[in-house]
Amino acid sequence: MNQYYKLQEEFFVDMQRCIGCKACEAACAECETNGHEPMIHVNYVNRAVTIQTTVQVCMHCDDPICANVCPADAITKDEFGIVHTANTSRCIGCSNCVMACPFGVPKKVEEYDLMMKCNMCYDRTSVGKKPMCATVCPSGALFFGTREQMEKLRPNSSPVNKFIFGMETVTTKVNIMLPKGTEVLKVF
Amino acid sequence: MKLFNTTAFFAALTATLITVTLVLLGSRNLQNYDAALVAYLFGTLFAIFGVVYRYSVWIQRPPTKVYLKSSIRTLFSKEFIQCSWFSLKDFVKNILFQSFIIKRSKKKGIAHLMMAFGCLMAFAITVPLTFGWIHFTLVPETGLYPNVENIYTIHFFGFEMSTFPINSFVGFMTFGALNWCSVLVIIGATYFLQKRLKDPGLISTQTFEADILPLLLLNLVSITGLGLSLNYKFMNGKAFEFMAVSHAFFVIVFLIWIPFGKFFHIIQRPAQIGAHIYKEIGKNTGMQVCKHTKKEYTTRLHVTDLKEITTELGFNLQNNAGDSLLEYSPEGKRDLLAIAHLQARQTSGTYFG
Ligand code: SF4
Ligand code: SF4
Repeated sequence: MNQYYKLQEEFFVDMQRCIGCKACEAACAECETNGHEPMIHVNYVNRAVTIQTTVQVCMHCDDPICANVCPADAITKDEFGIVHTANTSRCIGCSNCVMACPFGVPKKVEEYDLMMKCNMCYDRTSVGKKPMCATVCPSGALFFGTREQMEKLRPNSSPVNKFIFGMETVTTKVNIMLPKGTEVLKVF
Repeated sequence: MKLFNTTAFFAALTATLITVTLVLLGSRNLQNYDAALVAYLFGTLFAIFGVVYRYSVWIQRPPTKVYLKSSIRTLFSKEFIQCSWFSLKDFVKNILFQSFIIKRSKKKGIAHLMMAFGCLMAFAITVPLTFGWIHFTLVPETGLYPNVENIYTIHFFGFEMSTFPINSFVGFMTFGALNWCSVLVIIGATYFLQKRLKDPGLISTQTFEADILPLLLLNLVSITGLGLSLNYKFMNGKAFEFMAVSHAFFVIVFLIWIPFGKFFHIIQRPAQIGAHIYKEIGKNTGMQVCKHTKKEYTTRLHVTDLKEITTELGFNLQNNAGDSLLEYSPEGKRDLLAIAHLQARQTSGTYFG
């Protein structure tokens, strides 16, 4: 089904560059796999004191907590490391994944009694195209391409895919751009 | 995951043995058993074994166990009264009429409802026949003369229940209902099949065995089943043998596939009610407020249970101060990451790089 998947291309996020324009949200809603619901999150970090916004796609964790806590076996990870959105026939809408994901990614759509989340535009990436959000982001907060391309664009940053949450270290398929030489980001 | 689950094996074995006993009892030691159905019987017994095995493995998983435990606890508590009316309404709305699917898409919802009703009605009719619990006999006198209407007697567990003429409503329902089930399933399954062949989103994520095969099987079972009746009515039974064998073949593949593939969701779906009840009774414990956004995001019960589930699964989301990441809402967690990111950039002396 997906012999075109380009494993050499990766996702790089730099939320510090997010300007909160929500172009990615509009583009995300065009994705064929999520029934025209935007899955990407853009929100103010603490509106009372700062205009900082953040942007969040699914990080496609190596050992996804969302899938582990799902009582219905509705979330699966494929051979390319993509953690897919809930299987519509299985998901019972319990929101375990929504509350347990360390990055706050899955969305529970109450009306459908279904969890939905970013699957890195599988309809596009599985045929060698880039995810919708990364093609429209005007500020470079979202980038999809090879490591070499990223290095040229951001010579003073390093892609990091290791995050610390309490006593847990989570490794992911998606990278976050941090100051050069950083190997791990302690979040909590 | 362990390859062999002893608890599940014994649960499955017990369920199968109970069914065999009920078959023997219901058919009066096979006295009333229709030998033509024996292949279906083995298929069904296999399906029962497989379904109970998989179900038992499933409910032993930490997140599922929590819902099971909570449902049992509710069943024996005073909250049961609070929940019984709610559950009944929920069952009618979401399991019987599947309103959550209709909300996802009207066409899909209706097509799914047709498939579901067709399948469930067909199960309700064929399973008691396959188990020999129900059988029909022709009242002999009515069979002797061609111009007298045939009258049938229905037997349940070997007891005579009632008689009905073939051309009555009961007669029509008894001998014709399966055809209507087939028609419903064919319409529903064909709708989904064409959708799966056309919709780009579905095409990119589906697999043959998980998504296409079940629809093909449903169609093949229904078409050959319908073919049996048409054959009998309009072709004087020509090629009946072929039809009967192919129908039996597809039904048995369908039955054997239940525990492994997509059809297992039929068995899993009622858990949705459990999840709804859990949410309802969880409210009694109060709502959890996010440490960052200061807004309520789920019930306290949910957070407490998730702490237990994640620990059992080997994830430790607690920090040195004893706080848990689970005490932050999804939005709060996204903000934590953004704050950590900003801090890392600030420490490096430049906001971008
Ligand atoms: S980021 Fe969240 S939703 Fe995405 S794979 Fe990891 S745990 Fe699952
Ligand atoms: S909401 Fe759906 S996908 Fe998420 S944990 Fe519950 S059943 Fe699984």
